Amino acid sequence: MATEGALPVLRMAVAFGRLLRRAGLAAGPDRVVGFATALEELDVGSRGDVYWAGRATLCSRPEDFEMYDRAFKVFWEGREGLKVPNPPGSTFSIRLSPDSVQPPKKSAEESEEGSEAVRLRYSPVDVLRRKDFADCTPEEFAELYRLMADMRLSGAMKRSRRLEPAHRGRHDQRRTLRGAMRTGGEPMRHRYRKARDRPRRVVLLCDVSGSMASYSRALLRFMHAGVASGEPVEAFVMGTRLTRVTRELATRNPDRALREASKAIEDWSGGTRLGDTVKEFVDVWGQRGMARGAVVVLLSDGWDRGDVEVLADAMRRIHRLAHSVIWVNPLKAAPGYQPLARGMAAALPYVDVFLSGHNFESLQELSYAVAGATGRGGAR
Amino acid sequence: MSEAVNGRRGALPPGVSLSGELKERLREGSYLAGEGLATAIFLALKLQKPLFLEGEAGVGKTEVAKVLSRMLDTPLIRLQCYEGIDVNQAVYEWDYARQLLHIRTAEALGAAGEDRSRLEDELYTRRFLVNRPLLQAIEHQGENPPVLLIDEVDRADDEFEAFLLEILSDYSVTIPEIGTVRAARPPVAILTSNRTREVHDALKRRCLYFFIDHPDMEREVEIVRLRVPEAEERLTRQVARAVQRLRGMDLYKPPGVAETLDWTEALVALGAKELDEALIEATMGSVLKYHEDQQRVLVQSLNLLAGA
Repeated sequence: MATEGALPVLRMAVAFGRLLRRAGLAAGPDRVVGFATALEELDVGSRGDVYWAGRATLCSRPEDFEMYDRAFKVFWEGREGLKVPNPPGSTFSIRLSPDSVQPPKKSAEESEEGSEAVRLRYSPVDVLRRKDFADCTPEEFAELYRLMADMRLSGAMKRSRRLEPAHRGRHDQRRTLRGAMRTGGEPMRHRYRKARDRPRRVVLLCDVSGSMASYSRALLRFMHAGVASGEPVEAFVMGTRLTRVTRELATRNPDRALREASKAIEDWSGGTRLGDTVKEFVDVWGQRGMARGAVVVLLSDGWDRGDVEVLADAMRRIHRLAHSVIWVNPLKAAPGYQPLARGMAAALPYVDVFLSGHNFESLQELSYAVAGATGRGGAR
Repeated sequence: MSEAVNGRRGALPPGVSLSGELKERLREGSYLAGEGLATAIFLALKLQKPLFLEGEAGVGKTEVAKVLSRMLDTPLIRLQCYEGIDVNQAVYEWDYARQLLHIRTAEALGAAGEDRSRLEDELYTRRFLVNRPLLQAIEHQGENPPVLLIDEVDRADDEFEAFLLEILSDYSVTIPEIGTVRAARPPVAILTSNRTREVHDALKRRCLYFFIDHPDMEREVEIVRLRVPEAEERLTRQVARAVQRLRGMDLYKPPGVAETLDWTEALVALGAKELDEALIEATMGSVLKYHEDQQRVLVQSLNLLAGA
């Protein structure tokens, strides 16, 4: 095999790259060329060499490995035919695809009552802003999404270590000396610089389990608006397990972003093991630094069928790491709401700000809270 | 002839032309690399591409750079990244205090008046330039290129990342007052990240990528043997097994290889021949760095760990 020369190697690399791209890996042409170059230096006949060269050149994060391994098996070992490249969970993408947003059952009843429809005619936007997501029709969602696109999600400011010129602060030797050259080496005017402020990282964790079904689509849209606004925002969804969707939501086109994200989410509207997924976040991401000094926002109804101690423990750790913890619970808007869900009750002591997030207006409130307008200790 | 051969060889040490041979050389340098890591390092040296290493804290990312510098017999230049790091701290800075002093001296000697521009030229010369790690690596004069370790890239901010991208693509730096400095041969660049955030794709694309995982039992035993040879065989195996179990125990911070080595060294220092409850309790602080983790392990029975 090694005697086939350079051209077959390149051709093989290109074909393999194409397979990987279909499987969802970002194996662009430059990576493929890198792979081919690497193969020339190694023994193409050796499975190990080819495998490791590919992993070093075509993958860029541990999440890629699983798909890479599968594709590798198919391509280089000819196993399982060629049907694997469809990522698992692609069936879900149809359900989440934004143009197929299902009108929740309740909305049909309400439009029959008529009162909602009449009020809508007078001041649609105003009513819409306060309307519960669970009661919105697809048309209303479409309008809401347009409103959301303008939202900014920017964390409370923190002092950066980066310095910028300022009127007072630390002495800026570089610029002072430059100025001194003009006055014969006499530093007449002293220059200063001070630390710049920059927004804290915002981490959004959205519950997509069954009990949140009426809200999670709208909230996911909201997350997209946050990630796409270009501020440091990280997004995760929590189902039976934790999935990071920052990358998928980062494109400007909301429909595409949601389609991408839905591919990544394998357990859309699955069961709830809130504690385990929050814990997974702290273990895998939070403690390593993502939650440190960040504004952490959990969007969930606090419904947890697992051990609530796990959730309480994870929340305690987040609270210690983060700048502030905001919990958004769509159920909170219901009159006479009490945090009775066991998970919610367990988590509440570690929450700084508790908001509702059931309609557009409350999401706006959330964006103020994230920016620090409400501040720490505003919990109720 | 040697020059031409050199070009093809990249930065590989003499006598190494297969990744298996490199693995052996790393081992001689007290670093036990798996097939995957050896291949990645081999390619990085041969193709002269930067190597991007990710993995948990304490799995030996930084160690790769150290062993390479020993193996290639070339200095290790380290740039530790942190939030807010900028060009002045990473590449070069002017020595302002000395520059001012120079002006004063010139003034005292009465030279400042007429040829001010000459004075200005003098100020921005090599004499007053402070080389920081990246410039040091690029300017390095020697038979072999240096090993440049850019540690914890994920801690720096995006602006710096963009700048790194530039440096890593052509290994040259332009200092406006002096000119462009280009590396004779690209340094062996090793970048590490703890994944506190995702480093930009463009930067990763420039590099070869490898994710270092925790080693399995047998490899860990070998690592301990290699690094703490004075530990008794029985103790070595016990420690390795205990650490493997700890990693499966759902801790806040599962121990890495660095902790395994620390622990073994601590035990050896106490003259231990084998693990027992008292020793574990006394030395626990070198493996588990969270109070909660220590509690959890204590509760889950010490006997189990001792592995009777």
